[in-house]
Amino acid sequence: MTTARATVLGRVRDALALAPTQDTTIPRDYRTGRTLPDDERLALFTDRLVDYKAKVHTCTAARTAEVIAQVLDGLGARRIGVPAGLDEQWLGAYDGDVQQDSADIPAPRLDALDGVVTASAVGCAETGTIFLDGSPDQGRRALSLVPDLHVCVVDLSAVEVGVPEAVARLVPERPTTLISGPSATSDIELERVEGVHGPRTLVVVIRVDA
Amino acid sequence: MRIGLFATCLGDTLFPEAVKSTAVLLARLGHEVVFPPEQTCCGQMHVNTGYQREPVPLVRNFAEQFGDPSIDAVVMPSGSCAGSVRHQHEIVAERYGDAALRAGVATVKTKTYELSEFLVDVLDVTEVGAYFPHRVTYHPTCHSLRMLRVGEKPLKLLRAVDAIDLVELPEADSCCGFGGTFAVKNAETSTAMLQDKMRNIATTEAAVCTAGDSSCLMHIGGGLSRIKSGTRTLHLAQILSSTRTSPYVLTEAVR
Amino acid sequence: MSSTFLGMPATPPRSPYGTGNLRGDRKFPAAAHDELRNEQLRRNLGKATHTIRAKRLNVTGELPDWEQLRDAGSAIKTDTMNRLPELLEQLEQQVTERGGTVHWARDGVEANEIVTRLVRATGSTEVIKVKSMATQEIGLNEHLESAGITPYETDLAELIVQLAHDKPSHILVPAIHRNRDEIRQIFLKEIPGVDPRLDNVPAHLAAAARAYLREKFMTTKVAVSGANFGIAETGTLSVVESEGNGRMCLTLPDTLITVMGIEKVLPRYQDLEVFLQLLPRSSTGERMNPYTSMWTGVTPGDGPQDFHLVLLDNGRTAALADRIGREALNCIRCSACLNVCPVYERAGGHAYGSTYPGPIGAVLTPQLAGMHAAKDDPNSSLPYASSLCGACFDACPVKIDIPSLLVELRHQHTEESGTTAEKLAMKAAAGVMKRPKLFTAAQKAAELGRVLGGRDGKISHLPPPFNGWSDSRDTAAPPKQSFRSWLASDEGAATMRAAADEYDRNQQEEEK
Repeated sequence: MTTARATVLGRVRDALALAPTQDTTIPRDYRTGRTLPDDERLALFTDRLVDYKAKVHTCTAARTAEVIAQVLDGLGARRIGVPAGLDEQWLGAYDGDVQQDSADIPAPRLDALDGVVTASAVGCAETGTIFLDGSPDQGRRALSLVPDLHVCVVDLSAVEVGVPEAVARLVPERPTTLISGPSATSDIELERVEGVHGPRTLVVVIRVDA
Repeated sequence: MRIGLFATCLGDTLFPEAVKSTAVLLARLGHEVVFPPEQTCCGQMHVNTGYQREPVPLVRNFAEQFGDPSIDAVVMPSGSCAGSVRHQHEIVAERYGDAALRAGVATVKTKTYELSEFLVDVLDVTEVGAYFPHRVTYHPTCHSLRMLRVGEKPLKLLRAVDAIDLVELPEADSCCGFGGTFAVKNAETSTAMLQDKMRNIATTEAAVCTAGDSSCLMHIGGGLSRIKSGTRTLHLAQILSSTRTSPYVLTEAVR
Repeated sequence: MSSTFLGMPATPPRSPYGTGNLRGDRKFPAAAHDELRNEQLRRNLGKATHTIRAKRLNVTGELPDWEQLRDAGSAIKTDTMNRLPELLEQLEQQVTERGGTVHWARDGVEANEIVTRLVRATGSTEVIKVKSMATQEIGLNEHLESAGITPYETDLAELIVQLAHDKPSHILVPAIHRNRDEIRQIFLKEIPGVDPRLDNVPAHLAAAARAYLREKFMTTKVAVSGANFGIAETGTLSVVESEGNGRMCLTLPDTLITVMGIEKVLPRYQDLEVFLQLLPRSSTGERMNPYTSMWTGVTPGDGPQDFHLVLLDNGRTAALADRIGREALNCIRCSACLNVCPVYERAGGHAYGSTYPGPIGAVLTPQLAGMHAAKDDPNSSLPYASSLCGACFDACPVKIDIPSLLVELRHQHTEESGTTAEKLAMKAAAGVMKRPKLFTAAQKAAELGRVLGGRDGKISHLPPPFNGWSDSRDTAAPPKQSFRSWLASDEGAATMRAAADEYDRNQQEEEK
C-alpha cells in the first residue's frame, strides 16, 4: 500500500510537473543591518514598549538589584520565581520569598507565584519586542508564562534596531518566545485590550550600560 | 499628437455626452482626435464575467483599430476599459489568441491611457481652462485607483478648474458596488455598498458627484435618482470641457 | 516512490466532497440575502473592519520598506511552492532529528484520524486547542467529539464561537460578527460559575475567559495547534498569537499535536525576518503581536516532550497544479483582505460557507474543495462574490493578485458549465460587437429603447436577471444619438472644428 507520505509528495511533484514553475529570485531590498546610537535605540525601544502597555525602567547594571526590588515591592509581589541560572545578586535587595525554578515543578505551582524575574536574549527596538530563548538565566517557557507578573531584564547592548537584526541573533533550535507587551486580545470588536492568559503585567528593566 | 479616441461601448451607446466632452477637450488642447470607425468594445464585461474565448474577436478588433502606428496614443474616458486593455487583453491573447494577436495587443497596450492620466502624465497639463461654478465631489473608481494607479491626477485636474467648489468624499476609495455583472449577480450586496456610497455623497452636499468611469456613474447615478437625491452624476470629462464661453448648464437633479 | 516516475503526472484530487468545512449549503447570493438583513451584524462588521483598517494603515505606513518587504514575502512564498517537495522532506528530517514525529495526511479525514489516534494513545479525553485554520478546515473538533474527546478552544474569539455553538466568520477574529453585549450574554449563559454581575467591558470579558480557561491550561495533558510557519532548514515551528493561550497550549501539556498545511513551510530561518514584519502589521495592525512561539522538535526540560507534526494536503496539491490559482497558496492568513473587502464588510463571513471567507476564501475554497463537485455547487458562486475592486490586492502582504485569481476562477467555471443562457448571451453580445455594422445597428435599436423610459427618461423596472439591479437603481433611457452618430453628424463635425479653432485662436493670442 502506498503511504500517505509517498502519495502527498507524489501529488506535489505531479502538480509542479503539470504546471511548471518559473525560477524566482528573492529580492531582499528591505532594511537590514541597521544600527543606531545607544540613546536613540533606547528611546525607540522604550517608546514602543510603553505604547504596548509595558512598564519600563532604565538603570545601570550596578543598580539592577535595587531597581528589581523597587519594582517588586511597588507591585506588592511577595513570592517570586527565578530561573536556575539567574544572577543571584539581582534579587539581593529583595526581601520577599524567592523560588528557584526546576523542570519538575508542575505548572499549577507556578500559578501560585506573584511573579517571575528573568533575563532575556535579544530585544528589538522598532517593535518593542523581547526575545527569550530558554537560556539558564531565562528558564523554561512555562516559568515566564504562568505567573501574572513578568519582570524582564534587558541589556541595551542586546537591543537591535529592527526585526531582521534581532532575528539574526537568535539560535534557531532553542525554544524561543517573542514578547511584545503584556498579553492582549483584539477579539472583541477588533479593539486591543491588554491582559488575557499570559502575564497581565510586563515590567522591562533596561540596563543601559550592559 | 494624433489621438485615437476609444469611446467605449457604454459611452458610445448610453453616455455619449462624456465621450463628446473628451473629444472636445482633447481638440481644444490642440490635438488631432481620430475615431477609428470600426471600434466597438474592449471585452471587459466578458472577461470579468468569466468568458475569455468569446471576447477574442473584440480584443483583435481593438488591436486592429488602434494598432495604426500613426496613432500616438489611445485615450478613453474610462479607467476600467483602460485597465482591461492594459491588463486583460494579454491574458485573452495568451490563452486563446495567435502570435499576431499577442503582438498587436502588446503594441496597443503601451500607448493606451485613461483620460486623466493622459492629460497629467503624457500632456503634462493640469490646467485645461475649465470653468465649473458648482459644488463637486469626486469618487475615484476602483480600476482607475487600483489597477491604473491614477492617484491624485483627477483631483489635480479638478482643483485647477475655475470657480469649482471641490469637497472631499468621505471613504472615497470604497467601491460603489458596481463591478459589472456583480451588480446583477449579487444585486443585494451591491445595493448595500451603493447605499453607503450614497450616504457619504449626501454628507458632501455636492451638486455633482463625478468620476472617470461612466459605468460606475451609471450605478451611483441610478441609485441617487431612485432616492431622489439632490446630487447628480457627471463624468470628469464633462466638467473639464466646461468653459466660461461654453459652460456646462447644470440642470437640477430630477427629484 | 513518486508517481511522476510511473508516467504521466496525475491531477491531484480536491478535498473529498462532503468532508470538513470548505463548502456551505447555499450559494453566496442566497446566504448573503439573509446576512444583509441582520442590522446588528452590519453594524458589528462595519465598526470592526473600520477600526482595523486604520490601524493597519498606521503601522504599515511606519515602515519605509513596506513594499520591499511585500516583494520579498511574495517571492519567498513563490520560491517555496516551486521547491515544495524538497522543503517538505527537509522539514520532516529536521523535526524528526530534533525528537518530533511527522505524519502525513492526504486529506482532512486522514488528518482527523491521525490526531484522534494520537490523543487516544495518551489516554486523555480532553484537548486544549490553539486557534488553527487547518483544524477548522478539516472539522477536527466535530471529529474529536464523535470519538469522545472534548476539544477546548482557548483563543478568546474561538471560545466565543464554541460556547455559542456558532461558526467562525473571520480568519483572525472568528467572532467578529459578535459585539460586546452579545459576548457578555454568551458568557453569562455558557460559562459555568461565571460572575452574574459580568458587564460588557472588553477587559472584563477577557478576564472571565482567563478565569474559565486557567484550570484547563494547568491540567490538560494534550494540546492541538496549527502553525503559521514551519522552517524547512531547521525544523522550527511557529505560532503567532496575542493572548498567551497559544503559549499555554504549546508549553504546558505533555503532548503537542500540530496540524500544518503543506504550504505553510518556509525555506530558511532567516525568512522569519520578513514574515514577522508582514504578518502582525497586516493582521491585527500591530508592530508586533504580543506573543510568538518558536519551537524545534522537543527540548528536554522545557515544554511538551511528545511532539507530533501532521502535514496536511486536503486539496492543496490540486491548487498547486493550477498555474495561476496556485498563487492563493501563498496566503499567510493575516485576514487583511477580509478587513478591506467591501463585500465581506456587508455580507459577513458566514455567507461564504467556508472556513476561509472573504476575498482569499473566494479563491482558496474553490481550489481546495472544487466548485463543480455537485450540481449547483455553492462554491461555484464564490468567485463571483466580488466587485473586483482590488482593495484586497493592495492590502495583501504577499501581493496575491486576488482580483486576477477571481477572474481566472470565473473563467474556469464558465468553461466547466457547458452551455448556459448567460454564455449564449455573452456569445451573442460578442457576435454583435465584433461586427461594427451590427454594433451600429444595435445602437440604433437601443436608441429606440428610449420608449422604455418613463416621462422622466428613466427605466425603473427591468426583467430578470436585471430585476435585482432595478430594485434600487433607475436606469437612464438610451440617448437620442450615439457618440458615433453625433460625430458623423453636421453638429458633431462643427463642434470638433470649433474646438480645434479655439486652440488656434488661443495660440495666436499667446503669440501676441
